[in-house]
Amino acid sequence: MIFFDQFNTQIVVNLTYILASMLFILGLKMLGSPETARKGNLVSSSGMLLAVLVTLLDQSIIDFTWIIVGVCIGSLIGFIAATKVKMTGVPEMVALFNGFGGIASLLVGSAEYLSGFDQNAALLIAIYLTVLIGGVTFSGSLIAWGKLSETISGKPYLYNGQQIVNSLLLGVLLLAGLEMIFFQGMFTENQFQILFIICLLAFTLGALLVIPIGGADMPVVIALLNSFSGLAACAAGFVILNNVLIVAGALVGASGLILTNIMCKAMNRSLANVLFSGFGAVTTIGSEAKVSQGEVRPINTADAYLILEAAASVLIVPGYGMAVAQAQHSVRELGELLEANGAEVKYAIHPVAGRMPGHMNVLLAEANVSYDVLVVPEDVNPIMETVDVCMVIGANDVVNPDAKENESSPIYGMPIIETDRAKIVFVLKRSMASGFAGIQNPLFFKSNTRMLFGDAKESVSSLVAEFKS
Amino acid sequence: METQLTLLFFVLVLSIFLGFELISKVPSTLHTPLMSGANAISGITLVGALLASGSGYVSQPLTVLLGTAAVTFATINVVGGYLVTNRMLSMFKKKETD
Repeated sequence: MIFFDQFNTQIVVNLTYILASMLFILGLKMLGSPETARKGNLVSSSGMLLAVLVTLLDQSIIDFTWIIVGVCIGSLIGFIAATKVKMTGVPEMVALFNGFGGIASLLVGSAEYLSGFDQNAALLIAIYLTVLIGGVTFSGSLIAWGKLSETISGKPYLYNGQQIVNSLLLGVLLLAGLEMIFFQGMFTENQFQILFIICLLAFTLGALLVIPIGGADMPVVIALLNSFSGLAACAAGFVILNNVLIVAGALVGASGLILTNIMCKAMNRSLANVLFSGFGAVTTIGSEAKVSQGEVRPINTADAYLILEAAASVLIVPGYGMAVAQAQHSVRELGELLEANGAEVKYAIHPVAGRMPGHMNVLLAEANVSYDVLVVPEDVNPIMETVDVCMVIGANDVVNPDAKENESSPIYGMPIIETDRAKIVFVLKRSMASGFAGIQNPLFFKSNTRMLFGDAKESVSSLVAEFKS
Repeated sequence: METQLTLLFFVLVLSIFLGFELISKVPSTLHTPLMSGANAISGITLVGALLASGSGYVSQPLTVLLGTAAVTFATINVVGGYLVTNRMLSMFKKKETD
């Protein structure tokens, strides 16, 4: 520090922040293509390392003890969580990390507020927004984590007057904000009190926003909470007047919003509809009214093998059920055997299959399935008639023909993988229970559908065994 | 102060537009790593947490305590986020490399 006076240090710090911002932007860009994605993640993480290291030069840091404590504990927990988590469990872990980002921003805002230096209205607005967004992100993410890990039920909780309660809560939050920013202690005794009230209200709001949302809509919720955690960091950037927080936070906020939008489009619903309609709560009644839709046609693995052996093109449609049964490795083995047998094998993946955007792709990648045989519904639907065998493994709602044919269905209009138009459809399923969204699926009753009942992994393994014998 | 705020606001608006441009063309295969990678970036709030945590316990005990909690959470977010993203991306392979 002998070489730098305070002014020069500040310039070094700021220039490094610009460099870090550039690395974040480059890293995110490289994450957009499979060839460069891994390098992109490294680039972005080196930006983070730079930003953190140069911050330690800041003159306002006079004691490193507590920093070391926090960084050590955090690194240890982060390391263990990231290396131990199973790929099926990634969605709930990302939800939890989102929440941690949110609470960290909330704490930064609170620390700045309670330290009490030079607080003008602009700073107070920034503090208020940081605490509000951070708090909503935190409690919302905890609920999302609970739903995804099935610690709490994935069913949507709906009650009468939900909208009214939420609006009231928002109103009170607004009043609390005015008290914090403009009245500054007219109605409360001290800063602690008003901060405490705002935190509490923000936590309640976050929880109430996510609780009514059903498990099938979780991809949208995680994407949205991801965006929120970025916005919270962004607001914290205005609190400490720091450009790198603003750039990085805004990038995350924007990317989260885009993913949210993609997920909503993939379900043909608006964001407002996802957030406020409690999808699935009403639909179970509607589907029970018409239980008998015909007969299901079961098939055994020996017969299924004979059909598969003669097939020239096979399309595999995986869903979360495949992940639950841990069948992805057997599926990959079957795919390779089919290819060796001369068939063309593709995997069709719906954008909302699994519990977070792109979840199935990760699980198949883990099982060593090459990413260039993974296709999206738009590519495969036009040529569906030419597919000899379509194997639906643990997917349900994303192949439900009701989305095209039944206007009264809650998923009507949602783009699906139109497996029912393939020559033969095998549906691997444990039983006739309905999917995560709780809707009946007429695909199971179509004349070209054969049901292969049983555990997905066992069924696929016995098919593999048939091929090998 | 006002000029600084205006400048920061300017940065904010440009970054949001840049973010939309950057992400809009990502193939669905990469949505999960993208999200967890972006999630790690949102741990940038660690920078603010470090400043609060290092402000000296004797003069600012409360700021330091809140800051240290923030450092812990943000570090989990950053370290865990980048590591799990890297773990996922290391599994994405094309056929030739098998």
